[in-house]
Amino acid sequence: MYDIIVVGGGHAGCEAALACARLGNQTLLITGNLKNIADMPCNPSIGGPAKGIVVREIDALGGEMAKNTDKSSLQIKLLNTKKGPAVRALRAQADKVTYPQEMRKTIEKEKNLKLKESFVENLIVEENKVKGVILENGDSIFSKAVILTTGTYLKSSILVGEKKKTEGPHGERCSQFLSDRLKELGFRILRLKTGTPPRIERSSIHFEETTKEEGSKDSLTFSYDSKFSTAQQLQIPCYLTYTNERTHQIIRENLKRSSMYGGFVEGVGPRYCPSIEDKVVRFHDKDRHQLFLEPESMFYDDIYIQGLSSSMPQEVQEDIVHSIRGLEDAKILKYAYAIEYDAIDSKQLKQSLETKLVENLFTAGQINGTSGYEEAAGQGLIAGINASLKIQGKEPLLLKRNEAYLGVLIDDLVTKGIKDPYRLLTSRAEYRLLLRDDNADLRLREYGYKIGLIDEKKYQKFLEKKKKIEELLKLLKETRITPNEKSDAFLKKNGSKPLQTGISFYELLRRPEISIEIIQEYLGIEYEKEILKEVEIEIKYEGYIKKANQEAEKMLHLENIKIEKEIDYQKIPNLASEAKQKLEEIKPTSLGQASRISGVNPSDIAVLSVYLKRGHYESK
Amino acid sequence: MKDTICAIATKLGMGAISIIRVSGDESIKKVNQCFQGSDLEKVKSHTIHYGYIKDQEKMIDEVLISVMRKPKTYTREDVVEINCHGGIFSTQKVLETLLKNGIRLAEPGEFTKRAFLNGRIDLSQAESVMELIESKNETAREIAFSSLSGSISHFIHEFREELKKLIASIEVNIDYPEYEDIEKITEEKLEEKVKQFLIQLEKIVKNSKEKQIFKNGIKTGIIGRPNVGKSSILNHLLEEEKAIVTSIAGTTRDVVEGEINLDGISLQISDTAGIRETEDLVEKLGVEKSKKMIQESDLVLFIIDGSNSLEKEDRLLFPLFQKEKTIVVINKEDKGIQIKKEQIPFSHVVYTTTKEQEGLDSLKEEIKKMFFKEEILEREEIILFNTRQIALAEKAYHLLKEVLKQLKQGIELDLISLDLKEVLDQLGEITGESYPEEILDTLFENFCVGK
Repeated sequence: MYDIIVVGGGHAGCEAALACARLGNQTLLITGNLKNIADMPCNPSIGGPAKGIVVREIDALGGEMAKNTDKSSLQIKLLNTKKGPAVRALRAQADKVTYPQEMRKTIEKEKNLKLKESFVENLIVEENKVKGVILENGDSIFSKAVILTTGTYLKSSILVGEKKKTEGPHGERCSQFLSDRLKELGFRILRLKTGTPPRIERSSIHFEETTKEEGSKDSLTFSYDSKFSTAQQLQIPCYLTYTNERTHQIIRENLKRSSMYGGFVEGVGPRYCPSIEDKVVRFHDKDRHQLFLEPESMFYDDIYIQGLSSSMPQEVQEDIVHSIRGLEDAKILKYAYAIEYDAIDSKQLKQSLETKLVENLFTAGQINGTSGYEEAAGQGLIAGINASLKIQGKEPLLLKRNEAYLGVLIDDLVTKGIKDPYRLLTSRAEYRLLLRDDNADLRLREYGYKIGLIDEKKYQKFLEKKKKIEELLKLLKETRITPNEKSDAFLKKNGSKPLQTGISFYELLRRPEISIEIIQEYLGIEYEKEILKEVEIEIKYEGYIKKANQEAEKMLHLENIKIEKEIDYQKIPNLASEAKQKLEEIKPTSLGQASRISGVNPSDIAVLSVYLKRGHYESK
Repeated sequence: MKDTICAIATKLGMGAISIIRVSGDESIKKVNQCFQGSDLEKVKSHTIHYGYIKDQEKMIDEVLISVMRKPKTYTREDVVEINCHGGIFSTQKVLETLLKNGIRLAEPGEFTKRAFLNGRIDLSQAESVMELIESKNETAREIAFSSLSGSISHFIHEFREELKKLIASIEVNIDYPEYEDIEKITEEKLEEKVKQFLIQLEKIVKNSKEKQIFKNGIKTGIIGRPNVGKSSILNHLLEEEKAIVTSIAGTTRDVVEGEINLDGISLQISDTAGIRETEDLVEKLGVEKSKKMIQESDLVLFIIDGSNSLEKEDRLLFPLFQKEKTIVVINKEDKGIQIKKEQIPFSHVVYTTTKEQEGLDSLKEEIKKMFFKEEILEREEIILFNTRQIALAEKAYHLLKEVLKQLKQGIELDLISLDLKEVLDQLGEITGESYPEEILDTLFENFCVGK
């Protein structure tokens, strides 16, 4: 008997299992192949806009992904440095050998966590409550809670051209019956599709024909607690090349032979991640598309061609690759493929990631219809935390949309549902100015500590940082600069106008040309870089941040109007019929959540609000 | 389930035929209960049937009934329309019969409300229906009708589409920074776009505000020294136009004294502090208050006694007026005119008399000339027709101006994008549309990104 069983050892499963074990639960992680723990079957990078911030949030809460990336990165960059404070994000190239290795080490060191290699084909459910799992050999293992993080391994098929095989990535076996069992339990099953590009041999590429893309020279880390990342020593470059008219012609001529356009795929593919076939068809007026050549590992020779995801037959892939500049003689080591898999309708989940249908059953990652390592890991962490809290009889951790990208992600999943695999984007967050890379710890570390995933030492370090930020803010507010020879010279040197009257340094910092570093130098004070950065953002963007907070307040107001009892929406007069149906389906827990359901209009919310205020609850 | 409602849809007592409209889940069933003719529950949708409305066994009226099943109806519910004989008595009888059969009398605007709640029309269209019902004159009716047909919705929709494209082009650069071959949105391009948006919005807001007077009537103030004939002009205008005079005793200032209809536009004449009582407005109110009255009026009639030469006091008053909205009325033409138009430094000057039937025609012509400069409604002109819509459009306009300012200050694109989204929201409120998913849709439709 375990406390919690986690099914699947991908990015969601690893975070979930670690969180459960660290919170003192006897945890079992069951996975189809122990060699594939924390495997990266697609791109060799972690982070990027929005996603990179999720990795920081995972770290702030006490998850593993950030630390693990720092241990295995080949290159790291800060993106969007000139586009505003809210959208800056880290992205690292992670070594596909080191990353899983490091994660496995961490998992094996965890004392409450056991590993098992097997396939789960059934769930033990009694009176709508999960009691354990049944393995393919018929063995039953019991537990108080189960977290499903099955990734793309539910009834997956790999497609290359007209060929279709029932298997998971790397030719692995997949689960044949679990999704049927979920269907029997009342889950709506979706069929989704994604794809991956070909890998080619490093030594067969003419790199001199491509453009080199370097990493950052700064010492950047994902984790708030890592001292350095391996990328500091490595900074392995990527390379840029392009498709051309010849490539597009090959694709057009063979379109019908691809799994997608030949009609062999039933799943819905991601909009943000079109295959090269899609790009050529949908954007036929573009004469070239960007391709990035990214190293997969220091331990083998594969180069990943980002941008060339395809489901063409192998011989056509050969022609496509060889038509590209720099890849004329490239040797394909692994062909591109499309993969189809089963997922559940995420609208059947609660905000805690527990399913509405079966108590103590949680799901996270691609089974919920998301895509991306970061989205999976984030959900895994939240599912692990909430499964632990649930069996301990505590309230779940529900992050709000103004608190974390993880809050946005989960709220989108359970409120709006998905049609195609879901990717986090900065534009999905209404309050992204509040959800920055620099303040993930300020937003979430407190939660991590309260839950028990952040230890005392790290917490004290965090409090120290917070104290210093406040101290510096206070100092800048209270210290004044007055017009005199010294200040005039200082301002002139930095291309700023001389002062008319004395102002505080806080006000001075609002000038676009004045940075906090030059103020630090002028005042002869010394603070760590991250403190300076935080203070500078808070001062320079004060107006915007204030506005975002006001907007968030409005949202929270609706959020705080709870819908606790079950409502018979059919009986509410004046509610539009579409709204009734949608509300019935989602069963929102607050007026705020109701307002985000598509098809529920502001007028419906007004009607519902009046209804709730009058306390006209009618139980079913 | 929505209950079934009915109302007389045509003007009561006018015309040979009245139409009673019934809408709701049980409209067909309930009308069928009191109908003798085909079985309405079995007939095809959108067909007309001849028969009789009966109350028990008593024949009430001979009627034609249109049966329209949802969703292609005005309310998107099942709708029945009963064409019965006009005349107050017979129509009422049919209506009573329906009420007896369990159909409820609709509240004002309830059919439209249902059309809106069921998603057939958007907010701006629903508002137009209300304006249409309430419109006081032909021009107001025309404007309301043009926005009912969706011209506001269409404009806002198109405008927002453009704005969404712009936002998406910023967002795509943020979410896919590595894709250098995506069209990079530059500050210059952005500025140019925002300027275009501003021009469009400014025009709409300005037009809409101008046209408000057709809805609310032209606020008209009458000013002049004692005994120049203000009250007789007022009375003459009112009587002649057979306007409804709502004289409210003991009321405060600025009360509407009367409303006259001048070929499709209303003049609302305010009797500030009672012209009839004191005859000496300026003296009583003082210069400051007169100024205020002039400020608040759309039209000011400055009355001068033409039978005497121009008084010094009159000249002293000239600077108070805004020339573009003032008509100088040289009255008492019948007593011989001592003042020439050239002596008056205003562009709108007329001679009048209240002694003859047509004595004020020149004044009326001048008013029409001022307000009917061209055809009132240019075709396809977009007019926001209520204060809510105008306020939202104005807010959007000011936000955009702010964006332009910030662009010049070099504020980062991320923040600009947030401001543009707020503009999008404001405009969306006019029609009741909203944003986040829309932006993502635009983003993926128009840009080629991904692995």
